[in-house]
Amino acid sequence: MENLTKDLFTVVGKNVEKMDSISRPTLSFWKDAWRRLKKNRWAFLGLCILVVFALLAIFAPIFSQYTYTAMDTSAVNATPSRAHWLGADSAGRDLWVRIWMGARVSLSIGLIAAVINACVGAVMGGLCGYYGGKLDMIMMRIVEILYGIPNLIVVILVMLVLGRGMTTMIVALCITGWIGTCRFVRGEVYRLKEQDYVLAAKVLGVSDFTIVVRHIIPNIMGMIVTNLCMAIPGAIFQEAFLSYIGLGIQPPMCSWGILAKEGIANLRVAPHQVLIPAFFICVTMLALNLLGDGLRDAVDPKLRGTE
Amino acid sequence: MAKYILKRALAAIVTLFVLITVVFFLVRLIPGDPFNDPKLTDTVRENLYEYYGFDKPLVVQYGIYMNNLLHGDLGPSTRYMNRTVNDMIFESFPYSADLGIRALVFAVSFGLVLGILAALNRGKKLDVVCVLVAILGTSIPDFIMGAILQYVFGVKWGLLPVAQYKGIEYTILPAAALGFYTLASVSKLMRSSMLEVVSQDYIKTAKAKGLSQGRITFRHQIRNAIMPVITVLGPTVASVLTGTFVVESIFAIPGMGKYYVDSVNNSDYSMILGMTIFYGAFLILCNLIVDIAYGLVDPRIRIGKK
Repeated sequence: MENLTKDLFTVVGKNVEKMDSISRPTLSFWKDAWRRLKKNRWAFLGLCILVVFALLAIFAPIFSQYTYTAMDTSAVNATPSRAHWLGADSAGRDLWVRIWMGARVSLSIGLIAAVINACVGAVMGGLCGYYGGKLDMIMMRIVEILYGIPNLIVVILVMLVLGRGMTTMIVALCITGWIGTCRFVRGEVYRLKEQDYVLAAKVLGVSDFTIVVRHIIPNIMGMIVTNLCMAIPGAIFQEAFLSYIGLGIQPPMCSWGILAKEGIANLRVAPHQVLIPAFFICVTMLALNLLGDGLRDAVDPKLRGTE
Repeated sequence: MAKYILKRALAAIVTLFVLITVVFFLVRLIPGDPFNDPKLTDTVRENLYEYYGFDKPLVVQYGIYMNNLLHGDLGPSTRYMNRTVNDMIFESFPYSADLGIRALVFAVSFGLVLGILAALNRGKKLDVVCVLVAILGTSIPDFIMGAILQYVFGVKWGLLPVAQYKGIEYTILPAAALGFYTLASVSKLMRSSMLEVVSQDYIKTAKAKGLSQGRITFRHQIRNAIMPVITVLGPTVASVLTGTFVVESIFAIPGMGKYYVDSVNNSDYSMILGMTIFYGAFLILCNLIVDIAYGLVDPRIRIGKK
């Protein structure tokens, strides 16, 4: 047997120095979620639709030759044509501009109300879940009672008291809207604070505030965002409903709810006046639902690393 | 179990009490006055105030109202002389209840069937159809649904009557419009719940025991999958009921929803107050029943829930 020493051998085809290095860039949670969202064709389509709608809502009224209140008596109940892309309503107002002016109101009410609800709900739920004890007891009783009261009734009453308008509607939608988020964030925080990494952080002497901000919130942020996305359709629905029963936005301002209401009054003469707002409401709802479903899958920690 | 029911019932009573109190004071905060008609002389107005008890301090009014409420009296309407809120509710509630029950039965039965069919045919054409129905249904507000149905079936094709509520053919369109959203959400929930149950161990056990596929589906899968659907029934009743607001006014049905919207537009305060309390009490009762029913079907709730 020949005596074989180590220096007679070399590694072929591999770079020994580089074998230990991490070849791919590390992905943060959000980058990972974004990557998975992009892969989900339907969710991405939803996102694109929303972006396009938002851009049109901002720019379409500016670049149109009509304003949303200008009446054109020659175009009363006009069907879609080259002059009026989506036709005109019973007062001869151009529907293309009115749709996008309405989108400004409807979309911003939906977004603002949902964001406020998510923030308030997350803070309240986080406090209750983390500190527990008496604060939690009292808060949960209050939440339980508020949860039992039908939401829409509260909204109607608040609208009656505060008067009609966009700001009051957002206030009305926020009075009980945060409860859902609060309940689920509390549950999550309750579960997470028993986790080992929180204990480890505590033992290392990290302050409560830092634990909540650095460890707990990032872990439930995905779900909060998903919840938020799912809450927007609800807010838009409620806006449309309130406008329909005459408690919403005040004319001549318009929202999708108002446009649908005006269209319904005129259904037999000019059905396109209902169908067009209905179409935009439906597509927006659809886009938000698709995006929400996609987000839920993208941020679900259980799915991480399964692909 | 008795303790669980008692606890839920107590919570419901407290909720109802808070609701009544909040609503009572909120209605007083609504700007304006039911008797601000300039044609009324001061004496008439004073007499009206006295008649409705508005001249007394708010706390006294509250006490009187609560006392009357305990006797089941919701007070007189401030808009229509000689009509009490009780009369209006008794007159209109049967219509709403009839419509609501029809819509609920339609929505829940069709929703369940659709959800089950979709889950059993996962990935096939039928599944796609069911999912499409679910997506459409949850994306259309009920008043638009009502208007479109009215236009297509009533005006264009002339198949069904467009308005009012006089017979079975009059109920079809409003019930469909009212129930469609619920149908969609029930089928969506049932589908995902069915798919979740399929991968459970007890289904595997049942299969290993040699049960037929039909028996597994009916005895094990559907029975377990239906649980989450029961939990959403409470909120569902709420959404159907509030849906009656617009559906009734679109189809000109003389139900509670229509009166509610009318009284909001007429600022008939005692009517708003009375109807809100009635609605609230009804919904709280529905939630209570659903809670108890859930406790009965799923023993884990009674023990595990804290």
